[in-house]
Amino acid sequence: MSGEHPAFLWRNPEPKRSYEVVIVGGGGHGLATAYYLAKEHGITDVAVIERGWLAGGNVTRNTTIIRSNYLWDESAAIYEHALQLWEGLEAELDYDLLFSQRGVLNLAHTLSDVREGVRRVCANKLNGVDAEWLEPAEVQEVCPILDVSPHVRYPVLGATFQPRGGIARHENVAWGYARAADALGVDLLQGCEVTGIDVAGGRAVAVETTRGRLAAGTVALVAAGHSSVLAAMADVRLPVQTHPLQALVSELYEKVLDTVVMSNAVHVYVSQAHKGELVMGAGIDSYNSYAQRGSFHVIERQLAAAIELFPIFAGARVLRTWAGIVDVCPDASPIVGLTPVERLYVNCGWGTGGFKATPASGWTFAWTIAHGEPHELNAPFALGRFVSGALIDEHGAAAVAH
Amino acid sequence: MLQLECPWCGPRDEVEFSYGGQAAVAYPVDPSALSDEEWAAFLFVRDNPKGPFAERWVHTHGCRRWFDVVRDTVTHEIHVRRD
Repeated sequence: MSGEHPAFLWRNPEPKRSYEVVIVGGGGHGLATAYYLAKEHGITDVAVIERGWLAGGNVTRNTTIIRSNYLWDESAAIYEHALQLWEGLEAELDYDLLFSQRGVLNLAHTLSDVREGVRRVCANKLNGVDAEWLEPAEVQEVCPILDVSPHVRYPVLGATFQPRGGIARHENVAWGYARAADALGVDLLQGCEVTGIDVAGGRAVAVETTRGRLAAGTVALVAAGHSSVLAAMADVRLPVQTHPLQALVSELYEKVLDTVVMSNAVHVYVSQAHKGELVMGAGIDSYNSYAQRGSFHVIERQLAAAIELFPIFAGARVLRTWAGIVDVCPDASPIVGLTPVERLYVNCGWGTGGFKATPASGWTFAWTIAHGEPHELNAPFALGRFVSGALIDEHGAAAVAH
Repeated sequence: MLQLECPWCGPRDEVEFSYGGQAAVAYPVDPSALSDEEWAAFLFVRDNPKGPFAERWVHTHGCRRWFDVVRDTVTHEIHVRRD
């Protein structure tokens, strides 16, 4: 998009009485789903309904890290598909996303971290994902402000490096998809909270909302932390638990960090945004919560970890902290696809790592909605894996910083 | 940070405790009699309410006592403790 930024990126239409597809959740994944439904499948009689405002949830609360260096084949396939879509997304949406492939380091601090990292690099290469193993001196070259001396409590013993990984400006991603979906005819309905899902003869037929009843050929739930609440309206129980996930930014500083650094063992991940703020996150708060806030000790520990790794951060000042609520599956992998209710589809469970997946999540979910069956990339992430036992255990592979 | 009341040690900060998830999930009386769906439901599916939630905590860094509370997942207010 060239020239002046327009005052409005999408219409604010009145709801129609019925839609071919109603997508519940106006976050990144919901908006991407709507866009690809219209773009790839010609399905434009679509509403995205959002309880609050577009992009007010996790899509603008994450730490914007993009990578595809997952261990398991199923994960590598869908996240690498996402990364390839990211690589063409600014051109496709004609919108500046500040997508920056500055590389992602995943540090190893113990012998088992080293073994896991080397194994994951090999697995990534076999799956066509760019990955390198770096020794401490090479890590230092990529990230000079990192303390790689052997005298710290958890010395850096090496790192995996994915050069194609990076960051993007998350609100632009949501706005870019919203604008493009709107232009293709999708109705984006804000301030529209679902109060019920009508099921007749085992088939979802409508959603009841605070802006009236919307008849629907297909109802697609893409509501992250509220997925359990929505699914319960159709008597579907999902194996997800909702937790706070906190993040923080510092005040603005001159550029000191031009890559993304993640550490599972010390447990912090950090990048420096384009404006100059240091963006940091860590793990979830342990307890279930829908409150979009967490406990302060979690912030305290991630800052302690950051200062251990980056001594120059000791003088940095926190500007603000916040939380989103994330839906976590037992195997830390998402649920994408069909439910026991006909024409009721779900896309949830992305937990702490959904932002990077946004394009592929929407692209594959749109395919599933259009065809009424799983796509080969999301088929392994079907709800049925909890019955078959074919879990995709990324807890072990991606650990906590996910 | 939450403050939880341990039945033995009294009110303590959250950092002394570990979370145990939903309370009162009974182990199946005869696991081998369950279908795959029933076993999966027992193993992987827990309540995830928005509002009051009966959940378990353990005083890991204290007396190691397990206990239940009913905590609101929206306000974080703790309503009831069951020993």
